[in-house]
Amino acid sequence: MSAGLVSLEDVSRLQVVSGKGGTGKTTVAAALALALATEGKRTLLVEVEGRQGIAQLFETEALPYEERKIAVAPGGGEVYALAIDPELALLDYLQMFYKLGGAGRALKKLGAIDFATTVAPGLRDVLLTGKACEAVRRKDRSGRFAYDYVVMDAPPTGRITRFLNVNDEVAGLAKIGPIHNQAQAVMRVLKSPETAVHLVTLLEEMPVQETADGIAELRAARLPVGRVIVNMVRPEVLDAADVELVRTVERSSVAQALSTAGLGGARRGGNAEKLVDPLLEQAAEYAERHALEQEQRAVLGALDLPQHELPLLAEGMDLAGLYELATELRKQGLS
Amino acid sequence: MSPDRAEAREAPEGRGTAGAQEAARRLSPARVLDIDPLLDDPKTRIVVCCGSGGVGKTTTAAALGLRAAERGRKVVVLTIDPAKRLAQSMAIDSLDNVPRKVKGTEGDGELHAMMLDMKRTFDEVVEAHADPDRAAAILSNPFYQSLSAGFAGTQEYMAMEKLGQLRAKDEWDLIVVDTPPSRSALDFLDAPKRLGSFLDGRLIRLLTAPAKLGGRAGMAFLNVGMSMMTGTLGKLLGGQLLKDVQTFVAAMDTTFGGFRTRADATYKLLQAPGTAFLVVAAPERDALREAAYFVERLAAEDMPLVGLVLNRVHDSGAGRLSAERALAAAENLEDARIVDQADGKAGLRNSPDTYGSSRPPASETAAAAPEEGSPADTERSVDRLTAGLLRLHAERMRLLSRERRTRDRFTARHPEVAVVEVPALPGDVHDLVGLRDIGHRLAAERPEHPEHPEHI
Ligand SMILES: Nc1ncnc2c1ncn2[C@@H]1O[C@H](COP(=O)(O)OP(=O)(O)O)[C@@H](O)[C@H]1O
Ligand SMILES: Nc1ncnc2c1ncn2[C@@H]1O[C@H](COP(=O)(O)OP(=O)(O)O)[C@@H](O)[C@H]1O
Ligand SMILES: [Mg+2]
Ligand SMILES: [Mg+2]
Repeated sequence: MSAGLVSLEDVSRLQVVSGKGGTGKTTVAAALALALATEGKRTLLVEVEGRQGIAQLFETEALPYEERKIAVAPGGGEVYALAIDPELALLDYLQMFYKLGGAGRALKKLGAIDFATTVAPGLRDVLLTGKACEAVRRKDRSGRFAYDYVVMDAPPTGRITRFLNVNDEVAGLAKIGPIHNQAQAVMRVLKSPETAVHLVTLLEEMPVQETADGIAELRAARLPVGRVIVNMVRPEVLDAADVELVRTVERSSVAQALSTAGLGGARRGGNAEKLVDPLLEQAAEYAERHALEQEQRAVLGALDLPQHELPLLAEGMDLAGLYELATELRKQGLS
Repeated sequence: MSPDRAEAREAPEGRGTAGAQEAARRLSPARVLDIDPLLDDPKTRIVVCCGSGGVGKTTTAAALGLRAAERGRKVVVLTIDPAKRLAQSMAIDSLDNVPRKVKGTEGDGELHAMMLDMKRTFDEVVEAHADPDRAAAILSNPFYQSLSAGFAGTQEYMAMEKLGQLRAKDEWDLIVVDTPPSRSALDFLDAPKRLGSFLDGRLIRLLTAPAKLGGRAGMAFLNVGMSMMTGTLGKLLGGQLLKDVQTFVAAMDTTFGGFRTRADATYKLLQAPGTAFLVVAAPERDALREAAYFVERLAAEDMPLVGLVLNRVHDSGAGRLSAERALAAAENLEDARIVDQADGKAGLRNSPDTYGSSRPPASETAAAAPEEGSPADTERSVDRLTAGLLRLHAERMRLLSRERRTRDRFTARHPEVAVVEVPALPGDVHDLVGLRDIGHRLAAERPEHPEHPEHI
């Protein structure tokens, strides 16, 4: 375990995964939790958006508000998962600070719990970040951390800074008392190197722009930015030489090659010849998209952060695909 | 896509399944959504583009607005989170929260466009309903500031609010509305009500009028709960915050109560004749599942759905060549090349022009620099390219068949929904030319692809 302690300092214990909606936050967070669960390690995957995305991904029934083992990683590590239910978390919180049995129920009747958890994201966010930090700091009887890593499937880029910083606001509003102290304790974890905020993006203009803006905001708020993870990267089918050749190649020689490959006649009107135009058109589209992707790569490169790429799983996501992505993350040294 | 064209491209990959595919196609003949009659009809006053995030709602809304304008109507488009370049090219990136006339449109109509500024819209509501002193008090209240900046549902509420304002002005024949980039399309319908009922809710009543409530006979128990609660909330939130909340609510309430009523009024507007909903989705499982929920909800709420825009659909001009055959042919070409290299091309590797003997042979052939122009070499690189073209095609065909399956699952469940498909363009859509192109395609007015009549 002493060797392990050294590496714990290298890899942050709370890994927060954000990104534009639909870029693969939930998927990447889950893959990361698997990747970090190396031999003997235990990770907790936390869902805060209440969408049961983790359960869907791991092909299990909806998760209750309770930490439960959801997967065993290759090599024997364990992944636990927790879908934080803001309402129950609030009652927990009230219990923790005020020992409110009956009053909690009264609040609920009056709609205060609804108010706090659905309408006021500020309060909700306090609970969510608080719960995650509690899991990060929790120790068992022997003084060992209950979880080696906590991975959070966090809100999207547009809200992440506000979300993580909410306890700063709370500490400002509640100037003294247990809430103030709790808020400060949470902020200490979130602003330390114990935390890393990763941003997932695609090689498209809007998510890349959002990533750049998000990083600027995180930095301005002094929150620790981790890595950029480019998801759903398409394979390179044509290389630079091929792309160049697409523009200059003789149609007749492509027709000839297609014919040689057994696709019909190369002469005008032959089956192979009729494939030439549409195939070259697809190649031109590929080249255009590829050039756009390169532009976006350059924008990401200028952010000056460690960057990783995960392949697009052409057949769609499933459990096997998730393990594939986890293996890829390990290979790229993310865990 | 018109059904007959779809059929023409849906080439059977094996004789055995041809009959089955035909039958399946006849079972789910998705109706084709006809956009132009909708845009041209003077009775169409509002078009709402809904869908989950990132599917192309903003692009679709802007393209519809442009098309309607170029067909002669006076249109305003309310966009919510346009891509930066699109906003710049329409000159709506100045954020003053009023529609601007878009330059460069063709024809007699007019296109106006704006980008929603959520906070500003909220401020405008306050300013319009309160006298200046009160308005100032509300605007500087910390609780109001956090409410207007980011409470869940504020964006949806304000989108509806803005729609109501634009409609009330009656300056435009047609309003095209984009919706916020929520994960779920349903948020657009649910969030305003939720926020409205919070602002009008029991909790707030209690906070603001405890004395009144407590005074009523038979409410004593509530009063106990009440004082316990304000006490609790006070402890929880801090006394100052609670006071802020109370001040805020009192100010809001006395100046213009009835948020819920306002939300309901806009909701009614959405049910009115003249309003048309379009659901936008990408041909992906999640997006179409969301679209299906939304379609069901609209029906339940008596809101008029006109159809589904299936955006970013892939197609192929060589649809008759199956993925399997393309891959087999690519392998043929690549095998031939290996044989070719094995007999007698070893000299290439020792060519004086190569950069170092340690370079792997693969990258050497890729660079192909030394003997460029020699007929054998040209032939080899054409073979290589052709193999690449075939692999690319195989990938395209697989994508295409996945997209079709996903689409067919939707149309099987909702055969009543008219569909129009918009192809995935290789680049982004970021100017009027791009929007016009999308508009053409929305109207299913596409340049004819050369067809491939016989099966290869
Ligand atoms: N690398 C990948 N290859 C293929 N599909 C992916 C990949 N990553 C994510 N997806 C799919 O993309 C969609 C969005 O991913 P998700 O993780 O739910 O995104 P988010 O949480 O950011 O909204 C899901 O359908 C998911 O299965
Ligand atoms: N048919 C299409 N082909 C290619 N790119 C598209 C198409 N439709 C939309 N896009 C691009 O996809 C991105 C997201 O589109 P947008 O309309 O902003 O989505 P939404 O409003 O649903 O979030 C933009 O960069 C836009 O240019
Ligand atoms: Mg998610
Ligand atoms: Mg949008």
